[in-house]
Amino acid sequence: MPRSLLAITDVDRAEVARLLRVANRFREVMARDIKKVPTLRGRTIVNLFFEASTRTATSFELAGKRLSADVISIKGKGSSLEKGESLKDTVLTLASYAPDVLVIRHQSAGACALAGRYTDAAVINAGDGKHAHPTQALLDLYTVEREVGPIDGLHVAFVGDIAHSRVARSGIAGFRMMGAKVSVVGPPTLLPRHAEESLGVDVSTDIADIADADVVYVLRMQLERMGPGRLVPSLREYAATYGVSHARLRPGQRVMHAGPINRGVEIADDLADDPGTLIVPQAANGMIVRMAVLYDLIAAPEGASEQRSALGDAVAV
Amino acid sequence: MSATVLVDGDQLRRTVARIAHEIVERHADPAAIALVGIHTRGVPLANRLAELIKSFAGAAPALGTLDIALYRDDLGSRPASPIVHDTRLEFSITERAVILVDDVLYTGRTIRAALDALLDYGRPPLVQLAVLVDRGHRELPIRPDYVGRNFPTDTRERIAVRLTQIDGVDEIVRHTDEEVR
Repeated sequence: MPRSLLAITDVDRAEVARLLRVANRFREVMARDIKKVPTLRGRTIVNLFFEASTRTATSFELAGKRLSADVISIKGKGSSLEKGESLKDTVLTLASYAPDVLVIRHQSAGACALAGRYTDAAVINAGDGKHAHPTQALLDLYTVEREVGPIDGLHVAFVGDIAHSRVARSGIAGFRMMGAKVSVVGPPTLLPRHAEESLGVDVSTDIADIADADVVYVLRMQLERMGPGRLVPSLREYAATYGVSHARLRPGQRVMHAGPINRGVEIADDLADDPGTLIVPQAANGMIVRMAVLYDLIAAPEGASEQRSALGDAVAV
Repeated sequence: MSATVLVDGDQLRRTVARIAHEIVERHADPAAIALVGIHTRGVPLANRLAELIKSFAGAAPALGTLDIALYRDDLGSRPASPIVHDTRLEFSITERAVILVDDVLYTGRTIRAALDALLDYGRPPLVQLAVLVDRGHRELPIRPDYVGRNFPTDTRERIAVRLTQIDGVDEIVRHTDEEVR
């Protein structure tokens, strides 16, 4: 049974470091005239997106294609998912085509783990409900390491709608694993209960507490997951109290956002356009990090540690 | 339990020097060629050859490194994913004769992958191959242009090239079956 990537905690610190190095190798490939390598020729990757996505879906598709795999992308709209086919039946159908990897996004937490029971393919979680989004965490780690510096010892503050955010859940776990100090700031209604104990972070409801952070990670207000007026009085009031803008940052603080952004809500319009933020590098790095994940899952089906890789290489002739 | 030293440090250095002389003999202008080392031990070997060529001929060849991990034909059939290294070719290979440099030539599959990797960067007018050891057992129609030593081997044996830059010592060692895990 191949290894899957369902949560960032499926990999350890050494494996994350190795994945980020492999991603760096693909950065070189993307700088060539011919941006394609034959590595995964003859392999099949199925992207199954039950929920809307621009960045993740596009970058996974392109990542597979640049590695020469055959890539099929299925969106909720236009497929039998619209006719009410269940997750199980969809996965069983796709599994009959013997794909090597299934990339799944679903509105329910645990959907990818469930799907994994019905296929021999490796499963990559591309976002399941409020649960996890491990490749987002990896690309965030890659971006910070490249643009800011070593993650160990940095302070990262996640701001805003923590409760609905799989980006925050995976990001918090990922940054803590790599040695960063992590805190969360947001209105009490958008913080998960017992956040301090369950996430292992400092919790604050005062936006002024982002002052200590090296990196300020702004989370999208997930309006589609909250009823109108139930969790915040109004978006205007939210923006006034928790919106991140130049006025609330000190020089040198770097701003991240996984997109899509709600301009003027969680992030000020002019800050979103500031080339000093990490928002554009995050989007660009998504593809090479996903290439690294696809490569690793297919190239090392039994799961490889750095040590075994080193030995394997030494014996190769 | 046997590990035999086939070539010691002095012999290894003389062999590398002879390969450098042969390269100079066939390329009148070393500045017009490029030595491209294949990871891992082809890289320090290419560095050494370049230094020797510079001292013999007065001009240094261009130097590059090539990683073949993304071009292997045995992906997924090995116990662990191959380590991915950097490829550095800071010159246009369409204008240069390229000499690929590796430590041991065996099945030829590494060189096949290296050729594919190299040709994704352009179309060199000439590609040659320099290896420190040819141990036979080719599985593809590939032959070296410059050979340090020929050692006919058994497929159960392993030939290990050790270089000071990586291993702290210069030598070529033959390991027999039981030592290769």
